[in-house]
Amino acid sequence: MGATPEAIAEFALRMGDNCLILGHRDSEWCGHSPALEEDIALANTALDHVGQAQLWLGLACEAEGKGKTADTLAFLRDASGYRNLLLVEQPNGDFGRTIMRQFLFDAWHLPMLKALVHSSDKRVAEIAEKASKEVAYHLDRSTDLVVRLGDGTRESQTRMQAALDFLWPYTGEMFLGDALDDELEAAGIAPAPASLRPAWDQHVNRTLAEATLKAPDKSYAQKGGKRGVHSEHLGFILAEMQFLQRAYPGAKW
Amino acid sequence: MNVAAITRPRLSQVWSWLAEIPDPEIPVISLIDLGIIRDVAWRGDTLEVTVTPTYSGCPATGVINLEIERTLVEHGIEKLALKRQLSPAWTTAWISAEGREKLSTYGIAPPQEGTAACAGALMPLTVACPQCGSTKTERISQFGSTPCKAHYRCTECLEPFDYFKSI
Repeated sequence: MGATPEAIAEFALRMGDNCLILGHRDSEWCGHSPALEEDIALANTALDHVGQAQLWLGLACEAEGKGKTADTLAFLRDASGYRNLLLVEQPNGDFGRTIMRQFLFDAWHLPMLKALVHSSDKRVAEIAEKASKEVAYHLDRSTDLVVRLGDGTRESQTRMQAALDFLWPYTGEMFLGDALDDELEAAGIAPAPASLRPAWDQHVNRTLAEATLKAPDKSYAQKGGKRGVHSEHLGFILAEMQFLQRAYPGAKW
Repeated sequence: MNVAAITRPRLSQVWSWLAEIPDPEIPVISLIDLGIIRDVAWRGDTLEVTVTPTYSGCPATGVINLEIERTLVEHGIEKLALKRQLSPAWTTAWISAEGREKLSTYGIAPPQEGTAACAGALMPLTVACPQCGSTKTERISQFGSTPCKAHYRCTECLEPFDYFKSI
């Protein structure tokens, strides 16, 4: 049994919006990072994510079949139309929090994409195949930095622990399924979110132990992003990201 | 008699035209060296060129498509269709031997196949300095001037250099 085109479109939005919003957040560091190399690395990560967003949003348009483009979805949708996880829209904070957010996301993103490579929808599988190779590099980098900063100086360790404490409540949403997830799983389009938890736990726990950091003992999950209920931060991101197209509709490079 | 057959340039000719198009970001290697042109075929009177992107967000993709179009139109191709192919995903294994040689001469250490990133375990990698050949080098950052490159430093000749990551 296949999934409906609407379900595929909605799923593509969820994947694409994660990439777009995290890509935008990462790009906010451009010119502000603590070191030139890190500035460049974050800009490159942002570029990968925005490219991946373009592929997913393109698929969303194709599945929906209403003649929209990835650009109209990115620039002309309001916050309630966005389907990204709350985790990726959280403010950058200090460099440590940005790296921790990236790490917690990458550790979910890679197993998700690896599972999607086997999706029954060929278009989903193709995007996942492409993106997973890039994301493997993201996870390498964020893992390495979490260990170096966690097991670093007293200052960097304190900041990384604070980042982990702040972001932890936003990680649970990655593994919560809803009716759409059930439909996608039944159709072999995407894995059940909960099925990604063991791989994430294993990688995150191992890395945090090496980084001398301790995951909070709380399991409460902030949720809503996947169905368009966002924190107050998303509106501010969109105000900046969409300003040009809103003020000058149809403006081109 | 098929009129189209007379006016349609041979595919080997088209490939050699494409081999003259430099990569916009690393102009010493061509699009063919890079391995991103996956197929060239005639569909009736339309020339179909299949291109695969290197990285999803590579800003050169748009320029590359423009360059392909411009070059082929200059050579008299009237009907052209560019097809994007995502799968199989581009791999640095498709960079030609000649391309690797050119990268090295240009100062970019060519990719070492089989060393792609894997699930958060940074692989220790010995990359020879393209300037002096020393293997006493260290990684500064996994992302260099573009997503496809990492940033290294030679501890012998002290020169920084780019390493083309295996993907």
